[in-house]
Amino acid sequence: MSDVSFVRTEMQPEKTPPASTVGIIGWAHHRLFSSYLNSAITVIALYLIFMLLKGLIPWIFSPTWSAASLGECREMIAAAGHEEGACWGVIRDRWIQIIFGFYPVEYYWRPIVTFLLLFVALAPVLFSEYTPPKLIWFTGIFPFLMPWLLWGGSIWTPLMIMAGFAICYFAFKAIDAAAGTIPALIGSVLALIVWWLFLASPVASAINNIIPIELGGVESRNFGGLMLSLTIGVVAIAISLPLGIVLALGRQSHLPIVRMMCVGFIEFIRGVPLITLLFVASTLLNIFLPPGTNFDIILRVIIMATLFSAAYMAEVIRGGLAALPKGQYEGADSLGLNYWQSQRLIIMPQALKISIPGIVSSFIGLFKDTTLVSIIGLLDPIGLSNAIRADTAWTGIVWELYGFIALLFWVFCFSMSRYSMYLERKLKTTN
Amino acid sequence: MTTLTDPPKESFRLSMLIYDTRYRSTTFQVIALIGFLTLIGWLFNNTAQNLADLGKEPSFRFLGEPAGYDINQRLIDYDSQSPHLRAAFVGLLNTLLVAVLGCITATILGVTIGVLRLSKNWLVAKVMTLYVEIIRNVPVLLWIVLTMAVMIENLPSPKDFRGEDPAATMQVFDSVAVTNRGIYVPEPLFTRGLGDAHLFGNSAMNFNISLDLWLVIAVLIAGFFVSAKIRKRADGIQEATGERPSTWYLRLGVIVVPLIITFVALGFHLGYPELKGFNFQGGTHMRNSLIALWLALSIYTAAFIAEIVRAGILAISHGQTEAAAALGLRPGKIMKLVVLPQALRVIIPPLISQFLNLTKNSSLAIAVGYMDITGTLMGITLNQTGRELETVMLGMLIYLTISLLISLVMNWYNERVKLVER
Repeated sequence: MSDVSFVRTEMQPEKTPPASTVGIIGWAHHRLFSSYLNSAITVIALYLIFMLLKGLIPWIFSPTWSAASLGECREMIAAAGHEEGACWGVIRDRWIQIIFGFYPVEYYWRPIVTFLLLFVALAPVLFSEYTPPKLIWFTGIFPFLMPWLLWGGSIWTPLMIMAGFAICYFAFKAIDAAAGTIPALIGSVLALIVWWLFLASPVASAINNIIPIELGGVESRNFGGLMLSLTIGVVAIAISLPLGIVLALGRQSHLPIVRMMCVGFIEFIRGVPLITLLFVASTLLNIFLPPGTNFDIILRVIIMATLFSAAYMAEVIRGGLAALPKGQYEGADSLGLNYWQSQRLIIMPQALKISIPGIVSSFIGLFKDTTLVSIIGLLDPIGLSNAIRADTAWTGIVWELYGFIALLFWVFCFSMSRYSMYLERKLKTTN
Repeated sequence: MTTLTDPPKESFRLSMLIYDTRYRSTTFQVIALIGFLTLIGWLFNNTAQNLADLGKEPSFRFLGEPAGYDINQRLIDYDSQSPHLRAAFVGLLNTLLVAVLGCITATILGVTIGVLRLSKNWLVAKVMTLYVEIIRNVPVLLWIVLTMAVMIENLPSPKDFRGEDPAATMQVFDSVAVTNRGIYVPEPLFTRGLGDAHLFGNSAMNFNISLDLWLVIAVLIAGFFVSAKIRKRADGIQEATGERPSTWYLRLGVIVVPLIITFVALGFHLGYPELKGFNFQGGTHMRNSLIALWLALSIYTAAFIAEIVRAGILAISHGQTEAAAALGLRPGKIMKLVVLPQALRVIIPPLISQFLNLTKNSSLAIAVGYMDITGTLMGITLNQTGRELETVMLGMLIYLTISLLISLVMNWYNERVKLVER
């Protein structure tokens, strides 16, 4: 009996996969030409993209950087033998204005330094693991440094405002030791208010008389361009987040009066367009305040933009709070934490993490909304674009100018949205 | 034997207001309320004082005075002798017009882009991603002024349509004229029309509304109603016998045939725009400002709607699709019966809030000179009468009302589609 084995004892060598399923061809087959319909769509899309680029690329690479007016630019295009082309001369001519507005030329270093320092101040917050922990001190100082650099004036004014916090702290320590926590809290806040309202400014001017350290003052009406947008945007973003958290907590609070006030505020702000609030800032705020008060228009706009953004922020954070499982609240309670402890240690870190995409997109929205100030007459990039288009040298310019401004905004907004994605990935704890 | 002893009665001390948790919340609320009322009182006091200094008694009497300015884009009769109230009403209608138009096109565009972003075709998906990332990271105001500038600078002027060899020609079978003064489209006319209904008598809000329009709408609604009945009946037959009668031609017929009959009976024809003198006459004139605002708001909001639609479809777990496929449903049916009903629950609330955003963004009309409620009431009326307080407050109130109405619709919808859990 012969030993016939019908069972294969060794594996056949693997065949290479068909050429149409691997590599670039496989990818193209799968993603671009998987069916007749898909192929047709791909071909049409390719054709449209080709036509677009065919028009766009020669338009972009037109040699008109040196033109000083639209007419000169058109002559240069005709001389180069093209029919159409971009007139980049307007950007060369006006880019400094679009970025700095009418800020005095000799002080341009100040907004630049502020802008660079902004990143130094943001680094400990944004990229905490790559920065030395001591740097957070600079983040604390920056809010006082920034207005001084931008608006100028005596250095002692921001220093004295900062000193208020030190006074507040020491007052708290002193009264806490003598009379207990709650009188200390009230006393320190009172000390702070008294210092800021009545003492800080005379003390600052007194010191300034002895040791004058001053930067040349710059008026708010000279602010403009991207710098103005960034100033309003950064300040409003920085204040609206804490304010939004407070409003969100107020809206979730079990104290009916507090809740009602927060709901009323949030719904009112969210129900009206920002432009009406800016009208309030530009025309009504002076009517609401004591006779004779007349404070800075940029400050008024920042207040309104902050309130507007805070209401949206509150709703985003409320969404995060609502998304937390009830067990987290109960767990915090069962550990014996009080309200503020549980918010700080358990609830907020998780709720804020959940709401990162919403928070960042409302930051982006706020930054984009800073362009609305052009409607009440401030010269942000869009306000300046109207002025440039009204200039006889550049009447009729459209795409180059708006394209440049759009690019400026796009860079900031797009980086913010990418950062939020990075942060989400970094904080993701589930597997 | 048990003894009942009263808990020790502590006498009330003032410090308990803060240290005793039973009283603390009340204390805080009272303090908050007092603070709030003080703030309000202070603002009121300042306002009264300031207005008295300026010699302006707060009053809404200016609304009845002749406005004295013209509004070029309007839906109802208006001239410069009409009162400010009527100007505001014209503005409100303009706001609603651009909001409704914008919502419709933004939804169509946004849903298309959102679905295409999920396309298996890599190229299409990438192009749509590019669209979304470019559009939504640039301020809407920039899109609005850019569209307006492009329309003014790049479109032909009416005189280009003139002559033997015109530089520009009319589009769509010579019926639509795209010019830098706006777009002229054919207008519907009725030779045997029913005339107009005059509403709200002699008040500032009076307007005429075409009875022909009402009739057409009524016929349409009736058609849809009958069509729904036919579908219900087909459903019933399918339940009972398993066979579904083919009804699409019937359902289409009950909508289209009565509509055609109505149009013929009313003597429907189109009034085409014609070049006369320096400008086009006849047809409906949609001004640049309206078109720019409408287009810009649509493409901007569409980018957001696309993201909402994409997120909504992605939110439906793959298991749902697979389970539906296992039941033997075809891809079209899976989308219609399984994915879409669940995705809509996720999509509609943020979609409505985008509609709200679009409506609020339409207030940027003032940047291109479209006369909406911001441009009339809070723009020219404010400047002419000097009544900042009254006009801005009234304008805010109107926007607030619109927002609250939209929120009500949203709450009603949320309540209706809420998952009923055990």
